Amino acid sequence: MVLANALNNSKKQRQPLLQVENLTKVFGSGKNEVIAVDDVSFEIYPGEIISLLGESGSGKTTTARMILRLSQPTRGRILFKGKDIQAMKGVDYWRQVQAIFQDPFSSFNSFYSVHSFLSKAFRLKGNHVSKSQQRAMMEEAMKKVGLNAEELLFKRPHELSGGQRQRLMIARALLISPELLIADEPTSMIDASSRVGILNMLMDLSRNLGMSIMFITHDIGLAYYTSDRLLIMNKGRIVERGPSVEVVENPTDEYTRRLLADVPTLSKRWAL
Amino acid sequence: MKNLLEAQNLKAYYRLVDGIQIRAVDGVTLELRPNEVLGIAGESGCGKSTLAAVISLTHNPPLHVIDGEVTANGFDLLRLPKEQARREIKGKYISVVPQGAMNALNPTQRVRNFAIDMLQEHQPDMTKQDAVDLARARLQELSLPERVLTSYPHELSGGMKQRTVIVLSTLLNPKVLIADEPTSALDVSSQRAVIRLLMTLLDEQIITSIAFITHELPLLRQVADRIAVMYAGKLVEVGTMEEIIFQPQHPYTKALMGSMLVPERHVREQRIEGIPGVPPDLKNPPAGCRFHPRCTQRIEWCTQEEPPPKTVGDRTTWCWLMH
Ligand SMILES: Nc1ncnc2c1ncn2[C@@H]1O[C@H](COP(=O)(O)OP(=O)(O)O)[C@@H](O)[C@H]1O
Ligand SMILES: Nc1ncnc2c1ncn2[C@@H]1O[C@H](COP(=O)(O)OP(=O)(O)O)[C@@H](O)[C@H]1O
Ligand code: SF4
Ligand SMILES: [Mg+2]
Ligand SMILES: [Mg+2]
Repeated sequence: MVLANALNNSKKQRQPLLQVENLTKVFGSGKNEVIAVDDVSFEIYPGEIISLLGESGSGKTTTARMILRLSQPTRGRILFKGKDIQAMKGVDYWRQVQAIFQDPFSSFNSFYSVHSFLSKAFRLKGNHVSKSQQRAMMEEAMKKVGLNAEELLFKRPHELSGGQRQRLMIARALLISPELLIADEPTSMIDASSRVGILNMLMDLSRNLGMSIMFITHDIGLAYYTSDRLLIMNKGRIVERGPSVEVVENPTDEYTRRLLADVPTLSKRWAL
Repeated sequence: MKNLLEAQNLKAYYRLVDGIQIRAVDGVTLELRPNEVLGIAGESGCGKSTLAAVISLTHNPPLHVIDGEVTANGFDLLRLPKEQARREIKGKYISVVPQGAMNALNPTQRVRNFAIDMLQEHQPDMTKQDAVDLARARLQELSLPERVLTSYPHELSGGMKQRTVIVLSTLLNPKVLIADEPTSALDVSSQRAVIRLLMTLLDEQIITSIAFITHELPLLRQVADRIAVMYAGKLVEVGTMEEIIFQPQHPYTKALMGSMLVPERHVREQRIEGIPGVPPDLKNPPAGCRFHPRCTQRIEWCTQEEPPPKTVGDRTTWCWLMH
């Protein structure tokens, strides 16, 4: 927490890693028009952990997809280290910005084994590592996320459980250790007792290597535990933002207040 | 008033090919008391849904009851002829909202057909019109919109679908409602609306008690009177909500409570640690205490012998440290 505060204090003097400016995404037109993301602006500083927090349908994944260049903004722009991401070369960008997705099935090609899925991380990084070193690094990354390499390395994605696939995504992120990790509901299929361990690992990675993380989640506890700052999203707009403790303890926006009141906590019992 | 439902040393295994057995519920003894919300907690795969299926008599092969008894309303449920169970118990005395029920509604049929099917299954002489009228009256009574009956499932939000399924599953005023993860996968606001509905059903005495199954302990802090914690097919600790949430005794309950990420100060003031390792494979669970491979407090005989229950007041704990 001390480090996080130091980062918060110094961030004003630093250049943001990512700047999102007036980002808007409209799907469909006429009476089918959906404004999924509505004039959203924020920035992420190096080494910072933030959460984009909102209920389902609030526009979180759409925002993430635009940041990852998987979807074109209708309006607005995204800068990475000051450069418009549309003008960057794909490989260059994805070496520095990586994602862990909500539905891990959709991000795996079912013909590849776990081994070839992880091998690609090395190709993307572009640094030359011998095959045997790669193997050792893969096994270590898998071990860190609680996967047994011996048993799983040559399995295919559909042979793994949802939780195992999410762990695998995280192992890959560990191998790539990008500058910015976008984690969209990264632990939704992992049980509480293991979830914390995995989050701790990602937080350590951020602390030790200065990796920035943007969690995208509806899990307020997760966001509060991991993040320096929270961005609360409702119906495509960011309705409240600030340091996690401040937002949770003194929410100013009406929607945020209601959201927090509905989260079950341990200290209070609801009046029902 | 007597217990509404009792399970005695219940064992239910999935029997797969090659003689492999998954010992999903392995010696569970638990009662549901009148006028209570009993929380059944534990991580995925520990046997909660299997237990729910057996005590609601909705289990099917490959799940088989191997041993034990379930008694309710004076009946030995597991030995009751199927026809009698359907007429006298299911829907009327015990009703279940299975895990994922809201997504199991037939997408091509209006919601009212679910009510008709449900009612005619248990009361074959009821007409469709009577069934729909009954459903409509109940929705009115609970201040829920009647239009849900003429809607198709996809036209309703997740929270509304779940509330509708709960209302329609309790039309015959069962004493016992078994709700398996009724709020998982819902946003917090819909989650709270579902909880409110369940509390109203109790207040209005439409139902008498609820077995509320969930993996979220903070939610049980809100609704439960007692909590039973399961691990790897067995109970590890049963007690009042306060005992389990605020003074857990079993190392697993403690570790699980300790890994809850709630938005409260204490969570940011220290590093929260999860539980290392993963739950055991129930095809071949470890000998002795099933939690021993992950337990930081284990002693010698934990690996050899199963801990017997120790009861003090309302609390029972299955751990050698209590003996
Ligand atoms: N490809 C798409 N076409 C049309 N509408 C979409 C598409 N993707 C998302 N939406 C809509 O945009 C809104 C925001 O969705 P999403 O970004 O997935 O929200 P969240 O991730 O917060 O749950 C929703 O109303 C959703 O239905
Ligand atoms: N139809 C099935 N066939 C074989 N094994 C099953 C089946 N359903 C559940 N299991 C296994 O039984 C165990 C308990 O599962 P379940 O009762 O669904 O747990 P929970 O509801 O606590 O997540 C798990 O090991 C699970 O993999
Ligand atoms: S019986 Fe032994 S291994 Fe099991 S929880 Fe108690 S101390 Fe731990
Ligand atoms: Mg999403
Ligand atoms: Mg279940």
